[in-house]
Amino acid sequence: MAAAPGNERSQERLQRIMGHLQGNAAPEGRRSSAVAQTIESSEQLKPSSASTIPKRRQEVLKWNGWGYIDSKFAINKQQQVEFLGKRYKLSGVVLPALREWMETTFGASLDHRSAPKSHLNPEYIPPPVQNAGFLLELKEMGIAHSLDAEDRLFRAHGHCLHEIFALRGGGKFERIPDLVVWPCCHEDVLKIVNLAVTHNVCIIPFGGGTSVSSALECPLEEKRCILSLDMTQMNQILWIDENNLTACIEAGIIGQDLERKLAERGFCTGHEPDSVEFSSLGGWVATRASGMKKNVYGNIEDLLVHLKVVTPRGVLEKSCQGPRLSTGPDVYHMVLGSEGTLGVITEVTLKIRPLPECQKYGSVVFPNFAQGVACLREMARQRCAPASVRLMDNAQFQFGHALKPQVSSIFTSFLDGLKKLYITKFKGFDPNNLCVATLLFEGDRETVLQQEMQVYKVAAKFGGLAAGEDNGQRGYMLTFVIAYLRDLGMDYYIIGESFETSIPWDRVLDLCRNVKGRLVQESRDHGVQFSPLATCSGKTT
Amino acid sequence: MVSLGYPEERFEDVLEERRCNSDLLFSARRFAPPTYKHRCPRSPAALRRAVLDSPRLQQAIREMAGEDGDTEALRQEAQSILREMGHNQGMTVVRTFAFMLSRIFKALFRHVRVNEEGVQRVQKVVQECPIVLLPSHRSYIDFLLMSFLCYSYDLPLPVIAAGMDFQGMRLVGEMLQASGAFYMRRSFSNNPFYWAVFSEYVQAIVRNGDAPLEFFLEGTRSRSNKSLSPKLGLLSIVMEPLLRAQVFDALLVPVSISYERILEENLYARELVGVPKPKESTSGLLKAHRILQNDYGSVFVYFHPPMSLKSFISGRLDITPFSMTPRHMALRLSDTLRVLVHHLAHSVVLRQQHGMVVTPWSLLTTLLLQAPSDHLFPTSCNSEGGVHLPDLLHDVRCLRTVITKIGAMQDWPDAQSHEAVVLSTLAMNSSLVTLTKEGRVLLNVDKVDRPKCRDDILNRACTVLTCAAYRNHILHLFVRPAFVAMAQRHAGSVEDGPTFSHFCFLVQLFSEEFIFEPGSERKDYEEGLSLLQRCSSLLYPLDSQHHPSTITTNFSVFLGQIFQPFCCSYQMVCNYLLTLEHGSMQKESQLLASLQEFALQQLLEGRSTELEILAINVYKNAVASLSRLGALRRERRKDGVWFLTTSQLHHVADAVASLKPPSQLPAKL
Repeated sequence: MAAAPGNERSQERLQRIMGHLQGNAAPEGRRSSAVAQTIESSEQLKPSSASTIPKRRQEVLKWNGWGYIDSKFAINKQQQVEFLGKRYKLSGVVLPALREWMETTFGASLDHRSAPKSHLNPEYIPPPVQNAGFLLELKEMGIAHSLDAEDRLFRAHGHCLHEIFALRGGGKFERIPDLVVWPCCHEDVLKIVNLAVTHNVCIIPFGGGTSVSSALECPLEEKRCILSLDMTQMNQILWIDENNLTACIEAGIIGQDLERKLAERGFCTGHEPDSVEFSSLGGWVATRASGMKKNVYGNIEDLLVHLKVVTPRGVLEKSCQGPRLSTGPDVYHMVLGSEGTLGVITEVTLKIRPLPECQKYGSVVFPNFAQGVACLREMARQRCAPASVRLMDNAQFQFGHALKPQVSSIFTSFLDGLKKLYITKFKGFDPNNLCVATLLFEGDRETVLQQEMQVYKVAAKFGGLAAGEDNGQRGYMLTFVIAYLRDLGMDYYIIGESFETSIPWDRVLDLCRNVKGRLVQESRDHGVQFSPLATCSGKTT
Repeated sequence: MVSLGYPEERFEDVLEERRCNSDLLFSARRFAPPTYKHRCPRSPAALRRAVLDSPRLQQAIREMAGEDGDTEALRQEAQSILREMGHNQGMTVVRTFAFMLSRIFKALFRHVRVNEEGVQRVQKVVQECPIVLLPSHRSYIDFLLMSFLCYSYDLPLPVIAAGMDFQGMRLVGEMLQASGAFYMRRSFSNNPFYWAVFSEYVQAIVRNGDAPLEFFLEGTRSRSNKSLSPKLGLLSIVMEPLLRAQVFDALLVPVSISYERILEENLYARELVGVPKPKESTSGLLKAHRILQNDYGSVFVYFHPPMSLKSFISGRLDITPFSMTPRHMALRLSDTLRVLVHHLAHSVVLRQQHGMVVTPWSLLTTLLLQAPSDHLFPTSCNSEGGVHLPDLLHDVRCLRTVITKIGAMQDWPDAQSHEAVVLSTLAMNSSLVTLTKEGRVLLNVDKVDRPKCRDDILNRACTVLTCAAYRNHILHLFVRPAFVAMAQRHAGSVEDGPTFSHFCFLVQLFSEEFIFEPGSERKDYEEGLSLLQRCSSLLYPLDSQHHPSTITTNFSVFLGQIFQPFCCSYQMVCNYLLTLEHGSMQKESQLLASLQEFALQQLLEGRSTELEILAINVYKNAVASLSRLGALRRERRKDGVWFLTTSQLHHVADAVASLKPPSQLPAKL
C-alpha cells in the first residue's frame, strides 16, 4: 500500500466530509434510512441504475425455467432449434445440428412433448404462516415487503433439477416462505434481523436464486413464520478505492451489474461463475463460489477483503481492511460456504483489477481425454494455465458441436471440412475419442502472447493441436446456454443436471469413469429406457 | 442338452460340436472376443513395463533401498521377478492349445457339459467390468479347461495365477505362460518386495481389465475333493482397485467344475497317505499319456451368476478411508477388511459347492464306504463282504430322493434304467470296485485276506481314500443336517438349546474341514434341522420290506456314519497329542509324520479299523483347528512352523472324544 502524498490525502478527506454534509447520495428516496449513505468519494458514483432483477423478478425472469423470459430455445417452423430473443450473441441463430443430436443421443422426438404448465397452480400455494406482531412493526418501519403468493413461491427454490421439475408441474412445494422482504441497506437488514429475533421469525437470505445446493428450500418441519430476505435491492457499489484496488459493494448486486459498473470505471473483479448473469455477490460468498477465470483472479475467498454479516447476535466484521491477519482463525472462512445459515451478508469489500488489455480465446484438440488430463496436469505443474482452461470430454465436444450455428457461406463450411479432415485423417484422431480444451487468455498483450506460446508448447507434448479461437469461444458459450438448453430438453422428456467436485490429479480419470458408470447403472436400475448422456469437463484448481 | 434337476439350467456338451467338426478349423477360426470397454489394449511386455514404471513399484524400490541403497539393483530384481512371473499370452500358442486340448478332451471325456446360460451371463458383463473367474480346483485340467471354454465361447482368454511348480518344467512352463498363465510363489508373506511386484502386476491387470483374471481361491488342488478353506491373499489384492475406486466395479464369477472321474485320483490318494508327490516334469507329463486310454466320464462346468464386488462391499465397509492413502503407497489391510475378505471368500466357495454336480459314482461311493463290511478285516472273503446289488440299487434310489430334496444338481441319464447306470458306473471304476459273480459289490480291498504289513495297509488305504474322495465331493450337501443329527444324539434330545450349542462346537471343530459361512451358525442350524426333518419324513414311507438299510431305517444315523471317519481322525489326533508330554513341541512336518505313524500303529494293532485316519490332509486341518481352539500353540520360527501342546489340550480332547459313533454302527471286531 503505497503512501499517497500528504496533501492529496487531506484533499480526499475533506471531500469525503463534504459528501456527508451535502447528503446528496440518497437518490429518489430509495434509501429508507438516511444514515445509510455514509461514504461517497470525490469521484462520485452515478445514481444507481436499476438492478437487472426487479422486485417482481417474474416480470423479467422465467418463473419455471432458467434466465430471461424472452430468451429460450424453441423449435421454429422449419422444425429446427432456434435461440429466441435479442440479448445474446446466439440470439436469433438457428442451430441445425441440435435437433438431430437430441434425437439420436436421447431418442427424443419432436412429437413427444412434455410442455410445462403455463401458470402456477394457486391450489399448490400453502397459506402463509402469519406473525402479526412482526408484520405490524415491519410496516411501521416502512420496509418493502410482500405476502403475494407468486413472490413467495419464486423465492422458495433454486435451480436444482427437482425444483425446476416441480415448477414446471405448477409449482408444488410443501413449504414456501411466508413473507418476502426487500431491505435497502445494511441498517434495514439490522432492523429486520433484530425484529425477527424478537418475534421468533426465521430468515432465509435470497440473492440471485440460482442455488443448486437446495439451500433455498424451506425446511418442511419449520412451523415459525419464514421470511425470505430478498437482497437484490441492495445493489450499490459503495466505494471504489483505486489506490488499494478494492471496492466495497452491497451484497445484493447481481454479477453482471457489478462487472458492468466496475467496467465503467475501468475495473473488474474477474470473478465469473457460470451463473454470473443472475447470481449475487452475497451468494458467491455464502456458497464459496469459484470463477471461471480463477487462475488469474482467484476464487471468492481469495478476492475477499472485508465482510459485514448481520447475525442474530450482532454484526460480524473485522475491524480493519487488512487483507490478511496472522493471528487467530479467520472468521470469514466460517461465513464462506455457510449458505446463509449464520447470518445475512450485507456488504462485501473485494479486491478489484484493472480491465485486462487483451482477451483471447483458444482451443486445443487432444487425441483422447487421458492425454488432455495429463496436459492440464502439466500446465498446473508449470503454473502456466491461462485465465481459464476447460477440458471437455468427447461427449461434451460432440454436444458443443451440435450447437454450431448455421454456416453463413460455403467457404466457411469448406474450411470446417478441411479442418476436420486434417485432424481426423492426417493426424489420425478418432472423432469418437478426441477431446477439446477451451482456453481463455487475459492480461496485457505481452503476457498473453507469452502464455499462449507456453501453453501450446505444453499441449504439443501431449499430442494436442491448436484448434482455433472459434472452438474456444463456442465452448464458453456452452456454459452460459447450458441451463437454457435444459429447459428445452425438459420440453421433450429429457432431464439434465450438473454436479461439481474437486479431486487429486491421479484420480481424475477414475472419477469420470466411475461417475458415468454409476449414472448408467442407476438409470438402468430405475428402468430408464435410454442410456443417459454423461459428459464431464475439468479445469485446474 | 441335459437338464440336471435345475429346470432353468441347461447344460450343453461342448465336445459334441468338436466331434463333428475339424479341430484344425476350430483352432484357426476367427477369434475376436468382446473386451472390457475401458481397456487400453497393450501387449504382455507393455504390461510388465507399466508395472515396472508404476508409482507403486517405484515407491517399493525406494523403501527397500533405504537412504543410500542401490535402486538400480532392485529395479533389475523387479524386472527379473516380472520376467519369471509374467504371462506372455499370444494367439499362436493359444491356437495350438485349442487344437491339442480339443483332441485330448475328446479322448479323455465322454462329455464336457457347460451351463450355457451362465456363459451368456458372463458374455453380457465382460464389456462392463473387469472380471475375475474363480473356478474350483480339483485337477490340473481345471485351468486348461477354463481357457478352452473361453476360447470356445468367444470369451476373452483369462490370465491365470498358477503355482510355481509348472515353471520349472521345460517347454511346458513357457507354453503355459504363452497361453496366459502367470506364476506366483507359494509363500511370499515374508518377502515384501516380491509381494509388491506381484500385487501391482495383478492390480494392473484388474485396473485396465487387460483380460479376465483367473485364480483358485482354494490355493491348491484339493486332494480330498472337498472344498479347501479359501486363501485370502490374492482376493484381497483384487479388492484393492475397487477400494481405491480405480474401477467402478469388479465382478467375481465362481465356477464349479465337477469331474465324474478325476485324472489324478491315484496320485492324490498316494499323496494323502504320505507317498510324496512326484515333482512335475515334462517327461513325467509325457508318461501320463497312458491316462489318455482311460474313460474319465463327464465333466460339468457351472458358471455362477457374476457377483458384484461393489454390492458386496456396500453397507459392509466404508471405503472413504482408503482414499486417504496416496496411490503409490500400499494399503494397510484393516481388521474389518480382513474379516470382510474372509467372508467373501467363504461365500464364493459355498457357491462353488452349490454348483457341483452329483454324479452316480459319488452316490455309490457314499453308500459303499458305509456298507456293513470291514475293509481291514473282512469277515469272509467271498460271500459276506460288500453289498448285494439289488440292495445297492435300492439305497441309491433313496439317496437320490434325498439329494433331490436338498436341491443339488444331479447327473443321471434319464433314458437309462437305474440298474444300467449303476452297472456302467461300476464298470468305469473297475479298478476300485468289483461286482462278483454272486451279485455283490465289493470295494477292491475287501477281497484280500487280513493285512499283514504296513504296505498292505497303505495300499488298502489308497483304494479307500480314492473312493472317499468321490464321497467327499457331495459331503457339503449333508454336513448341516448331519451335524444337527449328531448334535441331537449328543444332547440326547431334540431340544433346541443344548443341540444348537453342540452344533456350534461341531462347526467350530470342523471349520477347516467343511466350509461354513462365518457367523451364520444359526442359519446353518435351521437349514440343517429343516432338511433333516424333511428328508426323514421323506424316507420313512419308502422303508422297504426286503432290505432294512440304515438310510431308510434311521436317516440321522446314516448321516452320522458318513462323517464318522472325520470324527475318528480328530480323536486319533487328540489321542496322539495326549501321549506327548505337556508343553512339548514339534515342528509341523515332524508332527504330521508322527501322527501318521501313530495312526498306522493303531491300525496294525487293531485298535482302529478306520483306514481314512491315514489321510494326512485331515491332520493338517485338525491341527489348525486345535490351535484355534487353544489346545495347541502355533509358533512361526525361522525354520518353519512349530506346535506346542497347552494346558487346554485335555479339555478339548475330552470334548472331541465325546463324539460318539452312531449307535447302529455295526460292531465288527
